[in-house]
Amino acid sequence: MADSLSRRRRWTNRIMLTLTGVASVLILVPLTLILSYLMTAGSGAINIDFFTQLPAPVGEEGGGMVNALVGTLFLVLLAGALGLPIAVGAGIYLAEARKSPFANLVRFIADVMNGIPSIVTGIFVWAWIVLWMGRFSLLAGSVALAVMLIPMVTRTTEEMVRLVPRELREGGIALGFTRWRTTLGIVIPAARGGILTGILVALARISGETAPLLFTAFGNPFMEWRLNEPISALPLLIYQYAISPYDEWHRLAWAAALVLIALVLVISLLTRFLIKDPHRER
Amino acid sequence: MANPADGGLMARLLPSRSKGNVQDQFYRLALLLFGVSIPLLFLFIVLRIGTEAWPAMEAFGWGFITGTEWNPVLREFGALPFIFGTVVSSVLALMIALPLSVGLAIFLTELAPRWLAAPIAFATELLAAIPSVVYGLWGIFVLVPWLRFTIQEPLSRHFGDVIPIFEGPAYGFSMMAGAVILSIMIIPFISAVTREVLTAVPRDQREAALALGATRWEMTWQVALPYALPGIIGGAILGLGRALGETMAITMVIGNRPDIAASLFAPGYTMASVLANEFAEATGALYLSALMEIALILFGITIVVNIFAQLLVWRVAKRGGR
Amino acid sequence: MNAELQPSTMAPHRPSRSPGAEAEASALPPARELESAVEATDFSFWYGSNQALDSISLTVPARKVTALIGPSGCGKSTFLRSINRMNDLIPGIRHEGDITLHGDSVYRNDRDVVQLRKSVGMVFQKSNPFPKSIYQNVAYGPKVNRLVRGRAEMDELVERSLRRAALWDEVKDRLDSSALGLSGGQQQRLCIARALAVSPEVILMDEPASALDPVATQKIEELIYELKHEYTILIVTHNMQQAARVSDYTAFFYMGRLIEMGRTQQLFTNPHEEQTEAYITGRFG
Repeated sequence: MADSLSRRRRWTNRIMLTLTGVASVLILVPLTLILSYLMTAGSGAINIDFFTQLPAPVGEEGGGMVNALVGTLFLVLLAGALGLPIAVGAGIYLAEARKSPFANLVRFIADVMNGIPSIVTGIFVWAWIVLWMGRFSLLAGSVALAVMLIPMVTRTTEEMVRLVPRELREGGIALGFTRWRTTLGIVIPAARGGILTGILVALARISGETAPLLFTAFGNPFMEWRLNEPISALPLLIYQYAISPYDEWHRLAWAAALVLIALVLVISLLTRFLIKDPHRER
Repeated sequence: MANPADGGLMARLLPSRSKGNVQDQFYRLALLLFGVSIPLLFLFIVLRIGTEAWPAMEAFGWGFITGTEWNPVLREFGALPFIFGTVVSSVLALMIALPLSVGLAIFLTELAPRWLAAPIAFATELLAAIPSVVYGLWGIFVLVPWLRFTIQEPLSRHFGDVIPIFEGPAYGFSMMAGAVILSIMIIPFISAVTREVLTAVPRDQREAALALGATRWEMTWQVALPYALPGIIGGAILGLGRALGETMAITMVIGNRPDIAASLFAPGYTMASVLANEFAEATGALYLSALMEIALILFGITIVVNIFAQLLVWRVAKRGGR
Repeated sequence: MNAELQPSTMAPHRPSRSPGAEAEASALPPARELESAVEATDFSFWYGSNQALDSISLTVPARKVTALIGPSGCGKSTFLRSINRMNDLIPGIRHEGDITLHGDSVYRNDRDVVQLRKSVGMVFQKSNPFPKSIYQNVAYGPKVNRLVRGRAEMDELVERSLRRAALWDEVKDRLDSSALGLSGGQQQRLCIARALAVSPEVILMDEPASALDPVATQKIEELIYELKHEYTILIVTHNMQQAARVSDYTAFFYMGRLIEMGRTQQLFTNPHEEQTEAYITGRFG
């Protein structure tokens, strides 16, 4: 009897552990499918025109997305310029203030803000910048992306600064450095690699965002880079083309998606490289 | 976790906080301003959306939430179909994602050798890095047709008359497609959190179970998982929060029809989707304000879910740091 | 290293023992002449390319206490964990030779590891109760191994195990409260009760008292003394006083080798090997 019981337990063990393997395979299936579809459907439409030409009107073959590429670049750069100083500053604040009740509140709100739906962020910026300017614009799009960026980078910066060994900080203070000099001159450089990684991951994430741009940057079929004009972006164009009825546009949407994924991949590989950066090991 | 010695040392070296070095006073102030900017931004978001939503709240009252008719032309604004669509698609997504994520996490922490675990973990991270709109694109052209012809049509043909959730024509673009795409998107998230808390289960707990004659599975199921449970629940709720607010992918596959249907195969509509679809075309102040109120409700729901999850995760972190 | 040397300051004196133990000890035959519970033959063990044990041959007599001593990193814990194959969890391990439990190879291919671990109880260095109630902790082993039927039988087994672990009187009124609320010494005795509940033949103790205060340590030692009438006990300790107090036989490990094994009294007063003498008298570098 004991034998049959232990046989049952052995089988339960085997079956359940196998099931965890099955779950893992099931999860990897969509990833493989998505990547392979991107490769096959996307690579066909990628050529020089894709990177240099404006979108062609409906019905015409060819055309490119140079406006969307430029748009994404400008939106992300401007969002970084607007959001990163605040985010890194707030992150340092949190790392320095640690357990003060107000710092706990700020930390909590930053975590909660990370969960705000991106479409709500877009609508907030519409109700703020777009209503105020009276038009969709590059500025509005960048602000929307910056609002998403800030809580993300704040928390990663805080974590990275906190990882710096206390001895290093105390070393600076014991030498008679002021606190700001200790932080900016010793602590931040020691955490540089980690902070940069956090920033890159966040930039990669916002460069793929569509929802916050729908009612802020809005999209634009022409090349544009002025602050107060609507501007296109890669994700916006993918969305517009994907829900369009034209096969040619679908092809371009796949190509744009491939480029977008490649961008994200390059950045995440770059962060891996950064993590191995010897400077990061203090 | 905080170093009391740190504060103490600072206090001794910088004689008094109030009278310290002038530069440092300025530095502290500047940092504080950065810190304050985050709660201010949050307040501003609430205020801005709240103000814009106010006319609709005044006009419709609670009827806005309970109303089932959404017809902007007739100025009928009932948001229930969207709330229903958001909640149902997200909960379904969680029901699919949670067992798979926990399975993956167990496989990676308890079973897989390192040469296998590392690339799989990287692949799931990659899954998290794919932009929402790319999921949507794949959903439209690959997932939806597949669901329609290989899953929905046979199920509907054989069981449609008996089981309400399988009834009706197979549209492809449906609540089911929305839930599946959402689940794929939140899996990396939940499995990452689960993996983290499972790795944090002390080795001596596992060894105690094994030494008593537990099998590997019994050790995992009866000792490691219960130990990690609060963290897993926290991760699941964070994943739910993601799903509730997810916009592009689900807008592209759910079918966007404001009905409350029992069938998984029928199209649905979520709060985020109606915002994405109708906001730019909204004519008239009241229509716009109604959409703003939907944004406010969505905001409120996700905030509550996130606060709840955050409190859970923090409690776990505190316990871990004891 | 300092911690290793400390206990040896007392080594030249005879360790104090209870009078009963002394009388018994002098009557002990050599380990080989007794019924053996665990027997290692040329057992070697590697973590990756790192050899932790080098041809250990050792006989552990049944229903006696055998202490494994030696400086840290000498392989005593590895040996202990090889007996119930707890090292299996670590990737990249390898072994040669064999260990038998009552004549049955621990490492034979079709060995049921779960069954093996059930018949070999283990108590760890740091007490590791599950974050459950006291009752559930003791009941866990019998439950997964389906040793009892029904609540009444389980109640009885839990009580018996707790009594044997000399914990019953302290916890009988709060069996349903969390085990984490117990003191360190109580937690460790709970872990012993938990191990006893699956009726093991051999109990392995890996420095069971190293994290405890003297009073709690004494209780554990008294408990070991009681338990040896029914169980074979192997205890790893770096505290030589403790080895001298609780064990009947002692094995001295050094750099992955078994240097010497003998009656405790003999090994501490009259070691055969020079290295053993150096260790117990503290001349160790």
